[in-house]
Amino acid sequence: MNVQTFLQHFINALSLGGIYALIAIGYTMVYGILRLINFAHGDVFTYGIYFAFYAVVAFFFPWWMAFIFSIFVTALLGAAIERVAYRPLRNAPRISALITAIGVSFFLENFAIVAFGGRAKSFNPQTGIYPTTFLKMLRFGNIRVPLLTFLTLGVVALVLIILLWIVYHTKVGMAMRAISKDITATRLMGVNADRIVSFTFMIGSGLAAVGGILWAMKYPQIYPFTGMIPGLKAFIAAVVGGIGSIQGAMIGGFTLGVAEIMIVAFFPSWAGYKDAFAYAILLVMLLFRPTGILGVEVPEKV
Amino acid sequence: MKRFYVFLVIAVVSLLVFAEEVTEVKIGAGWEMTGPIAGFGQMSWDGVKLAIKLRPTVNLWGKEIPVKVVLLDNKGDKAEAANVVKRLIDFENVPVILGPCTSSCALAAGAIAEQRKVAMLANTATNPLVTQNRRYIFRACFTDVLQGELLAKFAWEELKARHVVIMVDVAQDYVVGLANYFKKAFAKYGGTFFEEYYNTGDQDFTAQLTDALSRNPDTIFMPGYYAEIALISKQARELGFEGSLLAGDGADAPELIQIGGEFVEGLCYTTYFHQDADLSPATKPFVEAYWKEYNRRPDAFGALAFDAYNLALDAIEKAQSLDPEEIRNALASIKGFQGVAGTITYPEGSGDPIKPAVINTVENGQFVLKTVIHP
Repeated sequence: MNVQTFLQHFINALSLGGIYALIAIGYTMVYGILRLINFAHGDVFTYGIYFAFYAVVAFFFPWWMAFIFSIFVTALLGAAIERVAYRPLRNAPRISALITAIGVSFFLENFAIVAFGGRAKSFNPQTGIYPTTFLKMLRFGNIRVPLLTFLTLGVVALVLIILLWIVYHTKVGMAMRAISKDITATRLMGVNADRIVSFTFMIGSGLAAVGGILWAMKYPQIYPFTGMIPGLKAFIAAVVGGIGSIQGAMIGGFTLGVAEIMIVAFFPSWAGYKDAFAYAILLVMLLFRPTGILGVEVPEKV
Repeated sequence: MKRFYVFLVIAVVSLLVFAEEVTEVKIGAGWEMTGPIAGFGQMSWDGVKLAIKLRPTVNLWGKEIPVKVVLLDNKGDKAEAANVVKRLIDFENVPVILGPCTSSCALAAGAIAEQRKVAMLANTATNPLVTQNRRYIFRACFTDVLQGELLAKFAWEELKARHVVIMVDVAQDYVVGLANYFKKAFAKYGGTFFEEYYNTGDQDFTAQLTDALSRNPDTIFMPGYYAEIALISKQARELGFEGSLLAGDGADAPELIQIGGEFVEGLCYTTYFHQDADLSPATKPFVEAYWKEYNRRPDAFGALAFDAYNLALDAIEKAQSLDPEEIRNALASIKGFQGVAGTITYPEGSGDPIKPAVINTVENGQFVLKTVIHP
């Protein structure tokens, strides 16, 4: 492999990893404060794409308004899921909430089949959803970088800065950190814990919509199971990076993106089993460093 | 006493008549209605719906009996496809089954149908193994042996392909099979090739394509399904590939153009049907009826499902029975069936008809007929 091919692979990896990172943040934030793995996150991601799609196709919004609309509605969807499915189980055993999350995921997938149809829809600039400029390819010598990759990386950086600011420098963030330590004690301090949890779900889901829109521009095929595999991958990314840690989710996302692309790059004949490698990474991580790259060992609360 | 005999005769006759009374004929159908290849099942079902409208009854024992098609969704999943056939036979008691589209599903479903001795008529499953050593499995399409040869010939002569990269979906029997038949035929012409691999449902092919393009192929052959073909074409063009794009019958879905957009322009693929291809006397009336019903271009999957439905009805009428074994025998002995996608005759002891093939291309966002190849 020459340097140029390697660089091209690296660019591909960054653009894939960036989207994984965005979705992984949603997992990690919810886990961080509730110790709940929101398996419906991948489906929230799918809905984000559908909302943007229908905002343009059915409501004739301009693309930027459609995207903002989608982020907003998806955030509300996330809060609604939390209200209906997770809040009543706040004090139930953790396994109940996990099973509910899987139930919500199945519900969303099958509802999408009924509501949006089983056939794939196209998220293509040719249908007028967004300007073709987004799909521009920039050339550096013989290396081609999609404009979308820069956009993704920019969004990831921006999101990271904003989130770290929220979590470490605002009152809401302080409440989030407090809830993650002890939800009952936080309530006793006069914090409206439910509202903070709702807010966290909204941020996570809104980011899923952002990731979804970027994903759909890159891979313009939407169907009710679009988010299933990216959702799983982002979950792996969150675990690899250290679930609960925002920086960890970023690092995990990029690690997974690079690993997936490089496995194909160096062992092309194994490419069909790319997904299996992602799961293998998860297994190895759980066996040897269950807290992830950035995770810290926390003694179990008794 | 005489009155008693009259009563007895009436009773026996009416018993015979009512026992034989069949108010509807049930036919089973299992297709990929949802999931990543939902387009195939949906197009097939549209074809069958039109067929039911045009021929709602079957002539049995001198009577026209309404036909009811029981449709179940196999989600494009092998295990589901087998379950669907099990349910159709065990619970719905259907004497003959239509579908599925894909070879992997047809292989799994066929094993169950074979075991339960009920004829299954796959509309577009092209892998040779689907019908091999199976008495009850038939298809309405050609096989990949023929398709692979046609593609190789077309690639060599028309596209002037010499060095081809083949994108292989390792999870689909159809894709692996078609890639192999293509390779065999293409090697005979003297062409060279190499493979890149992926798995059904993958969306990112940039790694495979970057690797492939560093080896300078002049053609990308994609024996997969429409969504992946569209995404591979898009990503290949974005990475700077300027050669030809070639695909098999899995490309024939409007989603190919919707998802692929400008990136699939010029892509050529083999299939079974095009509305401008004069494949049999039945083609034209079908195209007209389809346009009237749906106001869009009839597709290959719908056309073959249409044929499969009519084949099943012909077999029932020929057998004059609802016994699965007799329907199977009638199906096997069908000669010169005038299908909308060409005439079907099953050779002795085989469920594979010999049929014409069509090569289409994408031009200005439309599927355009390139050539018709008669066997």
